[in-house]
Amino acid sequence: MTDMLKITDLHAEAGGREILKGVNLTIREGETCVLFGANGSGKSTLLACIMGYSSITVTKGRIEFKGQDITDLPVDERAKLGIGMMMQRPPNVYGVKLCDLIKASSSDAEKVLADANVFHMDRFLDREINVGFSGGEIKRSELLQLTAQKPEFILLDEPESGVDLESIDLIGRKVHDLLYYNAESNDSRHVSSLVITHTGQIMDYIGAETAYVMKEGRIARSGKPFELLKEIREFGYGE
Amino acid sequence: MPESQTVREALNKKGAYGKDLDLEHYDVRADETIEVDDLEKSEYRKYMENVGVVANEIERSGTMMFIDNNPSHCSPKIQEGLEVMSVKDAMKKYDGLTDYYWKAVEPTKDKYTAKTYLEDGNGYFVRVKAGYHIKYPLQTCMLMNMNRSIQNVHNIVIVEDNASLEMITGCSTAHADDSLHVGVSEIFIGDNSSLSFSMIHSWGKQTGVRPRTGTIVGKNSNYVNNYVILNPVGSLQSFPAAYLSDGASATYNTMCIAHENSEVDTGGLVYLNGRKSKAEIMSRSISMGGKLTARGRMVGNAPEAKGHLECRSIILKDGGSTMAIPELEAHIADVEMTHEAAVGKIARDQIEYIMSRGLSEDEAVSMIVKGFLSGGSINGLPPELKKELDEAIAAANVGD
Repeated sequence: MTDMLKITDLHAEAGGREILKGVNLTIREGETCVLFGANGSGKSTLLACIMGYSSITVTKGRIEFKGQDITDLPVDERAKLGIGMMMQRPPNVYGVKLCDLIKASSSDAEKVLADANVFHMDRFLDREINVGFSGGEIKRSELLQLTAQKPEFILLDEPESGVDLESIDLIGRKVHDLLYYNAESNDSRHVSSLVITHTGQIMDYIGAETAYVMKEGRIARSGKPFELLKEIREFGYGE
Repeated sequence: MPESQTVREALNKKGAYGKDLDLEHYDVRADETIEVDDLEKSEYRKYMENVGVVANEIERSGTMMFIDNNPSHCSPKIQEGLEVMSVKDAMKKYDGLTDYYWKAVEPTKDKYTAKTYLEDGNGYFVRVKAGYHIKYPLQTCMLMNMNRSIQNVHNIVIVEDNASLEMITGCSTAHADDSLHVGVSEIFIGDNSSLSFSMIHSWGKQTGVRPRTGTIVGKNSNYVNNYVILNPVGSLQSFPAAYLSDGASATYNTMCIAHENSEVDTGGLVYLNGRKSKAEIMSRSISMGGKLTARGRMVGNAPEAKGHLECRSIILKDGGSTMAIPELEAHIADVEMTHEAAVGKIARDQIEYIMSRGLSEDEAVSMIVKGFLSGGSINGLPPELKKELDEAIAAANVGD
């Protein structure tokens, strides 16, 4: 399998403080990876860096996507290349209705909008995006948008956080659909992803192959997802 | 009625706000009557429809149009309880309209009202008789056709007790970029009644606009005032006032864009004079490099009065100025009035969030701006107008 994402010696800062201190990470085509790490270890910053948000400044290193250097590309061009992201706490977008963003970002919008009830989001299509949404509603809105966008590489920042137990199952199944949508067309290749999780609950749905642990702005170690989770539960994030 | 001499002296009285416009500059008389029989075939159709006045009159209760200073068209559908005619005809019919004529706006308020008084400006007269609820909106249209002229119109709207009406009023210029529109509107709402008054303006780049509106709202009645201006204008200043009785409510929604070289100064003023009266003043505006002032003022004069004021403005281009001026004034303890104001650029994280779905930065800004405008609109807007307004916002040159 070829490399989908290759990150080399990535350093980045936010608010004048260095957060990423030399990240090296490669994710292959079709690979699902999990990212563990304590609060403040740099996980969300790494995802924001890959998506290209300007709140983070890359000071050194390189991000390649499908062989192309995207380190300096703006957010929309990364999205057009096939990167999509579910943010943990997306901003309220005043004035823009959820259905309008879906229509503008998808060639298949009608079908996605018609299926919004499956995400329990049909009542939210005419609402301003994220404004007054609960934790679970935000996640389902993000998933509906990603379903419309159909990225080839998906960044998920704590998809299960702030979600009640019943909703976790729906969110887990929808994340699974996103990652394996090609399976229906007998295409064994599925989309690649990098998923941040603290609890590991989402791992029951995504069949992750590799897990990484971030510590103090670097990838400290890697391993099998469930084995690493067990170790973290027993011994913490230390190396 | 004030002495003419007193009013003549007021011709030198500058407006309280906005640039002082020299009335002598507008030296062309515009007294010709231009008859328009068929709105759909009229050469003015595109100007009307641009400001929400539909020529086919489908789902409208009729149309009254003025071109310059004279009535051009009046086609009220025959409808029990609704009267539409010119103010001059109404004065003849109703003995000078003494209970209403210049009773909600002072002729000596400033030079613009004084000019209209002294010129004896004509305008539309609309009356809904007590107990009638008019199903479809009535539309009125004020067009200016003569360059360097003044349109001095004086309108009177009466909604009597237990009655309701929606009005759409569109104002525009046809061939009169460098002209002055002065529209005095006096509105009287009886008890237990409602009026929704939606005004859409589209002017020329040099046009001066000085509407002067006063609304007296009876007990337990509801008044909604929507004001929309999306195109460039020379200098527009308007600060309509409402006077509320016991249990009455008023809502002002303003949606405007200040383009480069445009001066837009608008908002709403509400006197909470009645016990349990309520007011909401909402303004959403965009500065594209023009001079923008969003005013809101509430005066609490009665117990249990409540009001909220909100001015939000997005600045898309440097070079102009944006001022949000919310004012709350209370004369007794038992009132509850609040305000919030926000001025600035669109938050970067919102733009990038949209961009992360594959839209360019310009597309993202345009989407947010258009949504900001239409999202702010507008409780109480006639549904018939909403679609047209959304189309106007979509066509407005913002961010793309």
